[in-house]
Amino acid sequence: MKLILVRQFQLNLKKNKLKFSVTVTLKKDVLDPQGKVVQNTLVNMGMNNLKSIRQGKHFEIDVDEKDVSTAEKKVDEMCKKLLANLIIENYKINKI
Amino acid sequence: MKSSVIVFPGSNCDRDIAVALEKMQFKNQMVWHKETNLPKSDLIVIPGGFSYGDYLRSGAIAGKSLIIEEVIKAANSGCLILGICNGFQILTETGLLKGTLLRNENLKFINKDINIKVTNNNTKFTNKYKSNQILKINIAHNEGNFFTDQEYLEELKKENLIAFQYCSEKGDVNKSSNPNGSLENIAGIYNKNKNILGMMPHPERMIDELVSNKDGINLFSSLLN
Repeated sequence: MKLILVRQFQLNLKKNKLKFSVTVTLKKDVLDPQGKVVQNTLVNMGMNNLKSIRQGKHFEIDVDEKDVSTAEKKVDEMCKKLLANLIIENYKINKI
Repeated sequence: MKSSVIVFPGSNCDRDIAVALEKMQFKNQMVWHKETNLPKSDLIVIPGGFSYGDYLRSGAIAGKSLIIEEVIKAANSGCLILGICNGFQILTETGLLKGTLLRNENLKFINKDINIKVTNNNTKFTNKYKSNQILKINIAHNEGNFFTDQEYLEELKKENLIAFQYCSEKGDVNKSSNPNGSLENIAGIYNKNKNILGMMPHPERMIDELVSNKDGINLFSSLLN
């Protein structure tokens, strides 16, 4: 009985799981010194056609929710409240 | 005067500030970040360090900890709040201070004694300093590059909310006396009511001639004034 319940729980988890990716990047007018160093290094390595590089952060988020738009709202709240600092960063949410 | 020092995992200047406060006769208590009750305090200090290993962004995780809700309540009812170094970063992440602290322009962790100017000496925190007094104070940070939008920068200047600015030995505020790329050489700012001060330099490291100098003492004696 217990095993069946566990299995059912796992199945439910799978059914309700929605996956998102979030990319956080520095806003255009904020200096990105790390990106700049990576860019300079690549140019020094001979990749001359490189135009620009901005470094950012990537998150993969599983949400226990059936409805896509509700889940997306939750992820949006996560971004606004913690994952991004809106003074200096932008974020993009993608369903995966 | 009663003070509380908030301690996070990764705080490393908490004991230094406690020593400074006790030396200045504050009745100090250490408060762990998981507490939900803040002892009655006239001053709350958020110390330097690397709270939560600076994960995500410096100060971001600490800015959402349990005790911070109490700190915000106290701040809004007028309690004095001092955030030093990582404490300043945490205060910007909570929204108690506006703006943010970016990575140092030269991408290096800077640990050295630099000069700062007391830009506003007419506050609870700085009344024992002379106007434009030049202090020699230690900085030790990787993200001290103050950044905000033009509108708020103007407000900071107009409302006299800039507390300290990096300067040369003679007091010149310019690019060559700016260690980290901060806008307007800003080293510390107040909120609108001037009961919250966030600063990157470490006054608690400058209270003893034997170790360094005494340039930080007046910040604490101002508070007692």
